[in-house]
Amino acid sequence: MTAAPAAPAAPAAGSGRPGGSRLRARLERVSRAAWLGWAGIALGLIACYIALPPLLVRTLIPSLVIAAAGIGLGVVAVRAGEKRVGWGAVVACVAGAFGAYGAVKSGVGNLERVIVWSALLAAALRYATPLTFGALGGVISERSGVINIGLEGMMLTGAFFGVWGADVTQSWTGGILIGLAAGGVMGLLHAIFAVSLRADQIVSGTAINFLALGITGFLYVKIYGDQGTPDDLPEIPDVSLPIGWIPFLGDALEQLNLMIWLGLILVAVMSLFLFRTPSGLRLRSVGENPLAADTAGISPIRVRYCAVVASGALAALGGVFLSIGFVHSFTQNMTIGKGFIALAVVIVGKWRPGAALAAALLFGFSSALAQRLPVFSPTTATLLQALPYVLTLIAVAGVVGRSRAPAADGTPYKRW
Amino acid sequence: MTDPALGGGGAGPAAHTVASKLSGYLRGGGAAVPLVTALLAFLAGGVVVLAAGANPIDTYRAIFEGAGLNWLFPWVSGDDRVLAALNLQQTLLLTTPLILTGLAVAFAFRAGLFNIGGQGQYLVGSFAAVYAGSSLDGMPAALHVIVAIVAGCVVGGLWAGIAGLLKATTGANEVISTIMLNWTALYVGIYFFGLGGPLHSSDPAMSSIPVSNDVLESARLPVFWGDPELQGLHVGIFVAVAVAILFWVLLNRSVTGYEVRAVGFNPDAAEYGGINAGRNYVKVMAICGVFAGLAGALDVLGWQFRIATNDIPVSQLGFFGIAVALLGRNTASGTVVAALLFGALLNGTSVRNLDPTIFEPNLASNLTYIIQGLIVMFVSAPVLVEMMSPGRLRRRFAPRRTSRGETT
Repeated sequence: MTAAPAAPAAPAAGSGRPGGSRLRARLERVSRAAWLGWAGIALGLIACYIALPPLLVRTLIPSLVIAAAGIGLGVVAVRAGEKRVGWGAVVACVAGAFGAYGAVKSGVGNLERVIVWSALLAAALRYATPLTFGALGGVISERSGVINIGLEGMMLTGAFFGVWGADVTQSWTGGILIGLAAGGVMGLLHAIFAVSLRADQIVSGTAINFLALGITGFLYVKIYGDQGTPDDLPEIPDVSLPIGWIPFLGDALEQLNLMIWLGLILVAVMSLFLFRTPSGLRLRSVGENPLAADTAGISPIRVRYCAVVASGALAALGGVFLSIGFVHSFTQNMTIGKGFIALAVVIVGKWRPGAALAAALLFGFSSALAQRLPVFSPTTATLLQALPYVLTLIAVAGVVGRSRAPAADGTPYKRW
Repeated sequence: MTDPALGGGGAGPAAHTVASKLSGYLRGGGAAVPLVTALLAFLAGGVVVLAAGANPIDTYRAIFEGAGLNWLFPWVSGDDRVLAALNLQQTLLLTTPLILTGLAVAFAFRAGLFNIGGQGQYLVGSFAAVYAGSSLDGMPAALHVIVAIVAGCVVGGLWAGIAGLLKATTGANEVISTIMLNWTALYVGIYFFGLGGPLHSSDPAMSSIPVSNDVLESARLPVFWGDPELQGLHVGIFVAVAVAILFWVLLNRSVTGYEVRAVGFNPDAAEYGGINAGRNYVKVMAICGVFAGLAGALDVLGWQFRIATNDIPVSQLGFFGIAVALLGRNTASGTVVAALLFGALLNGTSVRNLDPTIFEPNLASNLTYIIQGLIVMFVSAPVLVEMMSPGRLRRRFAPRRTSRGETT
């Protein structure tokens, strides 16, 4: 709610103000107390960080001191009225202290095997990519005013048809294209119901999820039966960059899948499209006030159709990456809720591609960490698989009041 | 505060809750619309069967008989009747939890909430019930059953209450939070009952199998139809039907129900009229969780008697509750009938009951998802629903369509 009135955070395309001063204007609106809160959050992270490799402080006292200072800053922020950031700082510091405690208690060998920052970053990028694509799909759809709960199903459709396309055409480009098209078809179905038939978008999106589960499962059993998908599927290649000599980023980024880079590029493209082009402005205007847009000569129906079809195609790309870029096979219901997490990413990212990418990386990081922790204890590692979902729950609860959906999001449009 | 957009931000007309938008479908005339909906979905399913190279009529007939519904025909006799009875028992075993998970979704719908978390609530209910049912040795039978059932209900209610509480306090949309709770419940269960987990079976013979302890005899529900050794039908079905009646009374004859429906139609108006919408969300979700948790408890105490972690991700009964509730128009009686339909469909397409020469059961179970998806999809669109309604109804709804206000 705070982000609204005088200086809109996203000025209309071509407003002509240089980027630097816009950023400065935005920063000036952050109160001093909020800065303290953010500093507290940073201290919470530092408290945990110093106990991990490469610093590996083996006593708890420095972490506790830093965390206590962070809690102090958080309390100050709360008392100055910045409740969310303040409480966020308190939570981050308590969590940081616990993290440091865990690190100090565990063996150096284990820690050095699990916490390899460059490998963790690479893994976080891998786990984040399906979420990034899904979130881009969510952003474009919701910016046009159509809630897309069906992201999960569209992603699953992309995952299956990516495998099938790659298998049939014997090329990974074929897999990508067919997966993309299949996702677009699911998007079209959602658009027909949500836009033309003015269905309840949440219910019809749920139906898309069930349908996708049934259709992909049906075709999977019908085509691949008990054998599973073939082992010699064409795979989307990695991109090798000659940057291995750069100390940290080099290790993390020199060998990443093509789709990861494509996802990062699409985030930038989507940002430019939504906020720097006339078409993007039209799309957002339909999401905010379709009647006004209609009056100005924009067809909300057509814009929404395009947006939802694109949304399906984008979500499907995430599925394609998952199946032929990451795990190299298809199994029934293999997206296991990633589409729903992508939906949460949209909300946490406040319906902006760049912020959504940051949120996706956070969730990707939690998945990457959960994947590496079995070193400590296989049983509790199972529990850690729930981490991305719990984190989503907390994130949605924590940020929701601050992030505002497009005004007409979820409202069917009917011309009178 | 109840903007339908998932952020729940605060903009937009408040009247657009799920309940109000589906009200045309939910209140409009009789059983005709759900019947047509189901028929259309089955027709589309038939096309899918045809496309897969099988005979749809034979397939549906095989599913019908696999579900044991031919037991209802008095002319079926002899061995056929014995087999049909066995099959019908299995169908009703599935109908029992479906009624309850359906009610868990329906109750939320009536309050304008969309509870996709039936699956997670069902799971935690079954976890609690299997724990209570397998420990507490030496308790008298009647008491032990009740304690185990109550444990399932309470835990289910608390689990769903989280989503209600988050919605009431922070505005977090219940759709996302209940989905996340589903996945959390799933992994918590795998952790609890998996190898080395805190509730893993204490039986040495099970040391390498990820299952829970068995439910003790004293906590098992009595079987009243069929052989208890062969998964006969337990008394849970009566509990489920009784809860359906309770659902009707609660919704239509109690203050709580009045408040629930008022918030469902228009939360702002209800708030203005002195109803605390936030508290109502918590209460509604908790009640939904009790229904779904009870479903999990009855399944575990009635015929599963243990939880194997491999079964946890496979279980879909909570999700089917959504289609059950929507097809049943979120009413008590409709939910019971729709639960029977889906129970028959699930049982009739199971690997055990469907003849693979007629239609591959693995395909058929996915066909069930497709039919389920189609039903939910058809129901979501009021325009379609109006087209399906008899003319009388269409006239009744005509003035509603021309009233302005949707395009704010």
